[in-house]
Amino acid sequence: MEQLKTIGRELAMGSQGGFGQSKEFLDLVKSIGEARSKAEEDRIVLREIETLKRRLLEPDIPKRKMKEYIIRLLYVEMLGHDASFGYIHAVKMTHDDALPLKRTGYLAVTLFLSDDHDLIILIVNTIQKDLRSDNYLVVCAALNAVCKLINDETIPAVLPQVVELLGHSKEAVRKKAVMALHRFYQKSPGAVSHLVSNFRKRLCDNDPGVMGASLCPLFDLVTIDAKSYKDLVSSFVSILKQVAERRLPKSYDYHQMPAPFIQVKLLKILALLGSGDKQASESMYTVLGDIIRKSDSSTNIGNAVLYECICCVASIHPNPKLLESAADVIAKFLKSDSHNLKYMGIDALGRLIKLSPQIAEQHQLAVIDCLEDPDDTLKRKTFELLYKMTKSSNVEVIVDRMVDYMISISDDHYKTYIASRCVELAEQFAPSNHWFIQTMNKVFEHAGDLVNIKVAHNLMRLIAEGFGEDDDATDSQLRSSAVESYLRIIGEPKLPSMFLQVICWVLGEYGTADGKHSASYISGKLCDIAEAYSNDETVKVFTKIQLFANKAGKFKAYAISALMKIYAFEVAAGRKVDMLPECQSFIEELLASHSTDLQQRAYELQAVVGLDAQAVQAILPRDTRCEEIEVDKDLSFLNGYVDQAIEKGAQPYIAEDERNGMGNVSNLRSQDQHESIQHGLRFEAYELPKPPMQSKVDPVSSTDVVPVPEALSYRETHPISSVGSTSEAGSSELKLRLDGVQKKWGRPTYSTPTSSTTNSPSEKPANGASHVDSATASYSKSRDSQNTKKTEIDPEKQKLAASLFGGSSQPERRSSTGHKASRSSGGAADGSRGSKAVEKTIQQPPPPDLLDFSDEPTVTSALPSVDPFKQLEGLLDSSMSSTTNHNAGTATIAPDIMSLYGDSTASQDSLDIFHGLSTEPTGATSGETTVTTLPQSVKGPNAKDALEKDALVRQMGVNPTSQNPNLFRDLLG
Amino acid sequence: MIHFVLLISRQGKVRLTKWYSPYSQKERSKVIRELSSEILSRGPKLCNFVEWRGFKVVYKRYASLYFCICSDQDDNELETLSIIHHYVETLDRYFGSVCELDLIFNFHKAYFILDEILLAGEMQETSKRTTLRLIAAQEELLEAAKEEASSLSSIIAQATK
Repeated sequence: MEQLKTIGRELAMGSQGGFGQSKEFLDLVKSIGEARSKAEEDRIVLREIETLKRRLLEPDIPKRKMKEYIIRLLYVEMLGHDASFGYIHAVKMTHDDALPLKRTGYLAVTLFLSDDHDLIILIVNTIQKDLRSDNYLVVCAALNAVCKLINDETIPAVLPQVVELLGHSKEAVRKKAVMALHRFYQKSPGAVSHLVSNFRKRLCDNDPGVMGASLCPLFDLVTIDAKSYKDLVSSFVSILKQVAERRLPKSYDYHQMPAPFIQVKLLKILALLGSGDKQASESMYTVLGDIIRKSDSSTNIGNAVLYECICCVASIHPNPKLLESAADVIAKFLKSDSHNLKYMGIDALGRLIKLSPQIAEQHQLAVIDCLEDPDDTLKRKTFELLYKMTKSSNVEVIVDRMVDYMISISDDHYKTYIASRCVELAEQFAPSNHWFIQTMNKVFEHAGDLVNIKVAHNLMRLIAEGFGEDDDATDSQLRSSAVESYLRIIGEPKLPSMFLQVICWVLGEYGTADGKHSASYISGKLCDIAEAYSNDETVKVFTKIQLFANKAGKFKAYAISALMKIYAFEVAAGRKVDMLPECQSFIEELLASHSTDLQQRAYELQAVVGLDAQAVQAILPRDTRCEEIEVDKDLSFLNGYVDQAIEKGAQPYIAEDERNGMGNVSNLRSQDQHESIQHGLRFEAYELPKPPMQSKVDPVSSTDVVPVPEALSYRETHPISSVGSTSEAGSSELKLRLDGVQKKWGRPTYSTPTSSTTNSPSEKPANGASHVDSATASYSKSRDSQNTKKTEIDPEKQKLAASLFGGSSQPERRSSTGHKASRSSGGAADGSRGSKAVEKTIQQPPPPDLLDFSDEPTVTSALPSVDPFKQLEGLLDSSMSSTTNHNAGTATIAPDIMSLYGDSTASQDSLDIFHGLSTEPTGATSGETTVTTLPQSVKGPNAKDALEKDALVRQMGVNPTSQNPNLFRDLLG
Repeated sequence: MIHFVLLISRQGKVRLTKWYSPYSQKERSKVIRELSSEILSRGPKLCNFVEWRGFKVVYKRYASLYFCICSDQDDNELETLSIIHHYVETLDRYFGSVCELDLIFNFHKAYFILDEILLAGEMQETSKRTTLRLIAAQEELLEAAKEEASSLSSIIAQATK
């Protein structure tokens, strides 16, 4: 119905043709408006594209017509179709002398082209010309295009002109030049690094718009290097102060707030500059306090400023008074009905909680409410907060919640994210091994292959190494609990492959370790898995042969490796191995597998089982997963053997590519191994083929193994080393490769495993003993008894709250500033009392120069002619320390600036920047009226016009959406 | 920094798009599809923010139009929301009680106004008056050009009589 009405209106407007476009264009828009499906819309647009293609080929298109075509092209492009056939016409239009056409041309190219498009080169020349234009509107249009189109290659072409424009007489041009320079800085910092001082200079521009624009680049610069901008702290503070005191022209007010966008920007910069700098922070306290007090919390923008204040307070050197008022604001946010404010409140709480952990307690129920809110965005934000306040006492509740939520969502992107969060918390704070394994199992089961592979490796390593204690009993208990849980899970259908890998590995290594389960029981289970998952995949094998064949092969490989270990342990223990019939058939199947890898594993298994106990013990020793294996890459231990063989008349080694016939079996076998070893892609370049004669003529060099290039050494000596190397290859194949995997307790960092062509797991996983210590220390702490809470609240929620917040009296494990130490003594039960007490002790008199400031308002408001920006001059001199009294500093330094920049007129101007504007209220209002009357020529600005539209629509027999056709009125208020 | 601005109607039709970061045409369609389905399906009482691919999308509904701005993770959402409102207010002043049709038929003008408020992904001008003055100055020139053209053609017409 709604749509019909819109269409009706469109019809009415369209047939009237009153918007200055041709009938054709209006028809296009109308028919797209009427389109009932995306397909229909596409058809219409495609037809339009055909029309436009035809039209654009016509000779001598009138310019106005061309402008319309360009706009139609924009429309086509906006709807997601390719309009590249018309780009060149847009480019041509930028060459036009008439501003309206030029402006449309520039608009079109900025929307069409990216900065690396080939056509840019045709525009650069025009831009250069336009930047020199006398008409400032032309310059503005060109600068708009510069911001979008100029890339790091073309920056030098326009840079001098843009820099020159920073001193243009029109503020609109200066402003855009600042933005353009900022853009250049973002794209290629090196090209404009010598020009950054211009941004400082523009900060004291006499137009507040230009000053506001210069804050954008300064924010970026301060983010990168706060140190070199410390001298500006006093300037920023005084600007902020003046803005907050409404010294800017009225037109910058927004919903009764004085220039709030500039305030937000300044607060962001101050937060960066004050972080970790006590002296700088102290100079901000007064103005921050003032803003928090003054800000109107009934409007969006007022709350935006308040929120930014909290961020600033949380970032700078802490001040108890400000923290308290920030906490009050947060309380207001959280108590609000608006979801937006709750969201901001949760976010702000997360920032403040590092400084004063006890404030969360007052809001625990609000936080729980947010956690159970149906709004996903809010919920996720709350998880973020919980993540920040996790400690050993509440980790179980939080991670359980996270896992539950993870199971409930389907968005892969977020699922991955929250799964990694769960893993991280579980690794850091796990209260017990058993819980840890259970949690990891859940995460694997539900997030499956979305989890980083390293997490699986970490888990396996944890099980292998235990928690780092020298207590074997605990370790074996951990292992057997893991085995038990996996035997339970194994029956469930559709386990993710990564989880299966963990299961197979653990069962293989430790399945029979505690003697509870017999080898045949475990091996039966393993065969079941292999069976289940290979069947599962065979259907798909035909569709995407390579991909899924590999996947199915992977399961089988996991399973057979595990089987091999189990049988090897059996043999080593001197027991007789009796294979189950299904294992037997499974192995036989693999012996005939197409995959050389599987085949090799199967043969190895057979070989190992056939050996005697001692040999098996040497090949696959039990419980040595964490021991370092020394690998001699050069295989020098075989040198004697090789020499001996050659002495006996054996053929010296010939490089692989020179060999022609390889008849015998041993060669064939080794060939197989090569393939399985070189499974991955080779990244190193192939060696140039050596002329065959050389090595044949010169047998001495080929006997020597050492000079052969590193990467090939193993491969080349391989045919000679027979049995020994086979078993070695086998053991390293079977063992999970843990090299390149990060430490168990560390934060997940990306590390690529070493290339699979090298056969040696030479880098032994480092034992994360130190990390482990801290973790065990944390979980061994006894959990706090749950606090009983206020009455009359849902007991369920109370309980949750208690378990989340209850343990706050425990020392925080996360790093926090020194301030925390003084606070943690405050009682957990009564947060407010505690904080008051602290406040009394910490409160200190504000620094003297701040007192000056707090006195100032009365003085300055009485004397409006006092120049508000005089102090800004000081910022041009970087040598001025931030502690100097502003007035004194500027007085002495002012002459310096003049001489430095030779820009006396500009700084002269800046003396009466706002003064001129603010003392001309009549001028401002008259400006306002001219603006409102202007659009009349385009389309009536008032209700009368809207009523006309309405009447027209009614004539067409369509009822508009409401009595008032002005769609925005109700919302704009 | 702002990465893009989207205007979508309640039926999911695109009314205006402006990209400040490089996105290919294919990515653009994908972004629009993903976001419009996510945003249009959100209930009225939920918050105006959506976390999306590591960015924040702030949206606000005006009548049948959704204004969406995608910004960095550490940007102030309420400020972004105010930027949207500021833009709408500016449009409203320019068009005089703006409605969706104004934006449909004059979308290039909506672009011109947006260009005066946001530049290179940052807010360049926070005063409505300054923005509108600049737009008006450009329009004046446009009008002048039109008049010139019409007077020229009338002169030609007279001459050829």
